[in-house]
Amino acid sequence: MSPREAFALRDYLSPELKGRSISDARQSVSLTNILEQTCLVGRFGQLSARSVLLAVSDQLISAIAMTEIDGVARRMLLCPPDLNADHVQALIEDVEIDAVVTDQPARWADSDVYLIVAARPPVRAGAKAKTARATEWLMLTSGTSGVPKIVGHTLEALTGAIVADGPARGAPPVWATFYDIRRYGGLQIFLRAILSGGSMVLTQPAEALADHVARLQAGGVTHISGTPSHWRKLLMSGAASGFAPRYVRLSGEIADQAVLDGLRRAFPAASIGHAYASTEAGVGFAVNDGLEGFPADILGQNSDGVEMKVEDGSLRIRSRRTAHAYVGRSAAVLTDSDGFVDTGDMVELRGDRYHFVGRRGGIINIGGLKVHPEEIEAVINRRAEVRMSRARSRRSPITGSIVVADVILADDVDASRSGAIRDEILADCRAQLAPHKVPAMIKFVPSLDITAAGKLARHDA
Amino acid sequence: MSIRLKIISEMQRIAGEQQVTLPPLDDDLSLHETGFDSLGFAILVARLEDDLGIDPFTISEDATFPLTVGDFIRAYENVPA
Repeated sequence: MSPREAFALRDYLSPELKGRSISDARQSVSLTNILEQTCLVGRFGQLSARSVLLAVSDQLISAIAMTEIDGVARRMLLCPPDLNADHVQALIEDVEIDAVVTDQPARWADSDVYLIVAARPPVRAGAKAKTARATEWLMLTSGTSGVPKIVGHTLEALTGAIVADGPARGAPPVWATFYDIRRYGGLQIFLRAILSGGSMVLTQPAEALADHVARLQAGGVTHISGTPSHWRKLLMSGAASGFAPRYVRLSGEIADQAVLDGLRRAFPAASIGHAYASTEAGVGFAVNDGLEGFPADILGQNSDGVEMKVEDGSLRIRSRRTAHAYVGRSAAVLTDSDGFVDTGDMVELRGDRYHFVGRRGGIINIGGLKVHPEEIEAVINRRAEVRMSRARSRRSPITGSIVVADVILADDVDASRSGAIRDEILADCRAQLAPHKVPAMIKFVPSLDITAAGKLARHDA
Repeated sequence: MSIRLKIISEMQRIAGEQQVTLPPLDDDLSLHETGFDSLGFAILVARLEDDLGIDPFTISEDATFPLTVGDFIRAYENVPA
C-alpha cells in the first residue's frame, strides 16, 4: 500500500481540538498535544515495518504507544493484561514478532526477539512519527482455555462502525468503558474517543468500584460501555447513584430485558443501547429501543454495508468491519466461502424479533436434550428480587447432566424469604421453559466470578 | 430425620414441583410406577447428594440403578458413613 492511502490513529489527533485528555487513576494526559509526546523515548523509527508485540501492563501508556506504532509498524499485536505467560512464545512465533514494546524490558532480556523497546510514561518527543503504511492490528480472542486465537484487523475495519455512526451531537463525548482497551470491546471505545474528538477515562486495575465511579463522575464521563455482567455488578454495588451518563452501552454478552430495565431505572436520562460485536465479526449493529434481542428486519443488507443472516440457528455477518483473517501457523479459516463470519451466537425468532439464546459451544446436554444456560438465566433475572444468575450443568448418574442455577439476590431482599423466592423462581421457569430446562436446584450465592474480559465465568462451558 | 424419611419427603416435594401424583410409596413399588421420569430421578439424586453428602450411584463403578423404592432407599442406607 502506498503511504498516500494509509490513514493511522495519529491522523485523528488534531492539535486544533482543545481540552481533550486520556486519564487513569494516576494521571491525565492531554490528547490535544499527544503527538508531541512519546512513550517510546522516540524509538518509534526502529519499529518501522516490524511485527510488534505491545506488552505493556499500563493501559494509558499502551494507548499512547498505539498512537505511535500505528502507521509505522507492519503489525501490532495487543496483549491484554491477563494473557497467560505460557502462551506468549507461541504467539511470538505465530506472528513472527521481531520487536516487543514493554514496560518491563528486564523480563525480555533473555528472549530471542530482535528488538526490545522500553515503554515509559510520556515525555516530550523530538522527532514525530509519520504514517508510512496501514499497520495490521492483531487482537486475541477471549476464550477461556488453550492458546487464544489471533485475529487480524485493519484500522479501517476497526473504525467502520464509528465512522458510520457519524460524529456525536453536542459537546465532544467523554468516553469510559469497564473493558480493558487491549480487548475488542475496550478498543472500540478508545477508538470512539479518538475519532470523536472527545476524551477518555480508563479503568485502573484493582480499583474499588465506588472509587472508579467517583472518577467517572469527576472526569465528566458522558458515554460509557461494558458487558451486562459489568453493569449488573455496578447496579448491585449501589455505587451508581449520582452518576448520570448520557449514553450507556452494553456489549459482549446477551443483554436481557432485566439488565436493560435495571439500567433504565438507574439512568433515567440516558440513552441505553446494546451493541452486537465480537473480535472476529466486528461491530454488527446496535439496538436502541430498550428491548432485548433485535428486530428481525435488520437481517439482510443494511445501509452501512453490514449483511447478516441466520443459518443453522447462528448469526452470520459479512461486512468490511469483520476481521480479515485468523493469523498464525495453524490458523483456522475465519469466513465461509461467501465471506460470512459464523459468530457462534445462537438466535431464536420470537414474533418479529430475534433473541440471543447462547453460544453454540455453551450448550448443556441433559439426557440428549439441549439447553443454553443463558435462556434459563434470562428467565431467572426477570424477577425483581434477583440481581444476577448463572445456570450451569451438574453431572448426574441418571441423565449425564442436570442444570442447576446459582442466584445472587438483590440487596434489599429479606434472607428469610429465600425459600419462597426459590419456589417462585422455579414456578417462573416451569411456566416459561421446557421441563428439562428447569433448574433442578437453585442455590443462593453472594457473588459470581467475572472473567478478565468482563463476562460471566462459565467453567463448564 | 432418618434417611428414609428424607428420601420420601424429597420425592413428595419433587412430585409436587413436577405435578406428578405419587402412589403410596411402598418398598415394593417399582420406581417406574412412581410416575417419575429420568429427569425427576436425576433431580432427586442431586438434591439428596447435597442434603446427605452421598450419591450411591456415582460412588461405585458397578452400581446398578435400583428397581424398587425399597432398593432405592437401601442404596442410600447401605453407603458406609
